[in-house]
Amino acid sequence: MSNDGLENTCNMADTIEATAAAWLRHRQWDWNAECEAEFNAWLTESWSHRVAFWRLEAAWNRAERLTALRLNVIASPSRSLTEKKRPHLLKTIASVGAAVLVGLSAMWWMSRPVERTYSTAIGDRRTITLSDGSRIELNTDTVLRVSMGSKERTAFLDGGEAYFQIKHDPSKPFVVIADNHRITDLGTKFVVRDDPDHFKIALLDGRVRLDTVGEPKQSGILLKPGQELTSTARSTSTEYKSTEELSNELGWKRGMLIFENVSLADVASEFNRYNSKKLIIADAAAAHRTIGASFPTGNVDLFAQMARDVLHLHVEDRGTEIVISR
Amino acid sequence: MAEAPEIPSDCESRLQLAAPEVKAWFVREVLPLEAALTQFLHRNWRKGSDIADLRQEVYVRICQVAQKQPPEPVKPFLFTVARNVLIDRVRHTQVVPIEAVSDLDALGVAVDAPGPDRTVMARDELRRLEIALDKLPQRTRDVVVMARVEGLSGREIAMRLGISEPAVSQQLEKGMRRLADILYSAPPDLRSDT
Repeated sequence: MSNDGLENTCNMADTIEATAAAWLRHRQWDWNAECEAEFNAWLTESWSHRVAFWRLEAAWNRAERLTALRLNVIASPSRSLTEKKRPHLLKTIASVGAAVLVGLSAMWWMSRPVERTYSTAIGDRRTITLSDGSRIELNTDTVLRVSMGSKERTAFLDGGEAYFQIKHDPSKPFVVIADNHRITDLGTKFVVRDDPDHFKIALLDGRVRLDTVGEPKQSGILLKPGQELTSTARSTSTEYKSTEELSNELGWKRGMLIFENVSLADVASEFNRYNSKKLIIADAAAAHRTIGASFPTGNVDLFAQMARDVLHLHVEDRGTEIVISR
Repeated sequence: MAEAPEIPSDCESRLQLAAPEVKAWFVREVLPLEAALTQFLHRNWRKGSDIADLRQEVYVRICQVAQKQPPEPVKPFLFTVARNVLIDRVRHTQVVPIEAVSDLDALGVAVDAPGPDRTVMARDELRRLEIALDKLPQRTRDVVVMARVEGLSGREIAMRLGISEPAVSQQLEKGMRRLADILYSAPPDLRSDT
């Protein structure tokens, strides 16, 4: 290739794209207010920064859809994620028919808020960043549907646990619906857990309003930072938790289970949320022992070892379950 | 054909905040045309290493226009901007022989060529993504899958693969860039299974 005097401008795009990729990686893995400010400064510096970042981000967002494959992978372990697939006649026919439908409904589809479903399998967790910059971290075995409307942003927690860090927008409230509870974000960080038998919300920062779906909003209550509300079929209670207690409860965000003075019965049920190999505490004497310890969420074997060697309990590993008794 | 308005050169110095609308418009309307645009640039510019720069310049200009008024329809406008960018580059350098852009007048053909179908159905999209993944080098693909699909952190991936965290970061960034190239720049025939 001849030298045509373009060296000074050559590969500018390449340099910018490299920086854009570094920002995108940061956002995937380690993000905080400081990053955010620096990133915004970089982004607004020039249009070439913006288009480069938008392009990478758009591709990365598309790749999010690959998580759908994961369900297949879990359902049929023999199939590798990247295995090449052969074209299938039926599939092709179905595609053509569906493409017509897609075309017809395109206008309708584009004009309404799209609901997206995010989920995690047992033992997994995942961070999603919404188009408004809000971040949601999903804990193990969680299903969350998000719809970004023009007047309201809504997330349905269909089960599991999620930590919300919401970009406040007074013109577009962020509402989380879990079971029959409606949580309206008033600028904030909070964690919501929706188990079959109980619902829990803890507020770390800011304000949220909590009310019941189907009842007038005035009946709701405002939660204050540090406050945790637990609701079961029979009762609802709130209590204040220290920063440390809340931080322990959020240990899962770092892949850890942190216990302070917790009974083995409760330890077992926590572990069982994250693992398919279940812990069973066979008798009351063992169930009432309390411990203070931390474990990686997936390392139930480490806990079993500790129960045997430190607590001197009887531990029986049956492959799919671990039975602990006195 | 519509003329692309001149962009004042001091535009960069008085940037408004990025309007989310411009971004949404860019991702929705412009990025799907990238394969056609890239092809057009390749046809009309002989130095392949300039393509990324030229494409970026096109994007910058069209977004600046869209900030005031999104052009409609997008495609002919995009190619007009591309053409202007090429002409400006020729004028600016005064080195590239003029025949480098000689078939610009054949532009009409490129404009009418079918672009990628924007209403790709979800399953097609998924297959396309899988194919894109397959085009990544093994190590890069592993990192992308672990980060994007399994939601693992850099440290966790480093542990799993037995490589350093900076190496993981490097692979992830590479994967992000390659994915964008494959998903947007590569000719649409990538979507076939072969």
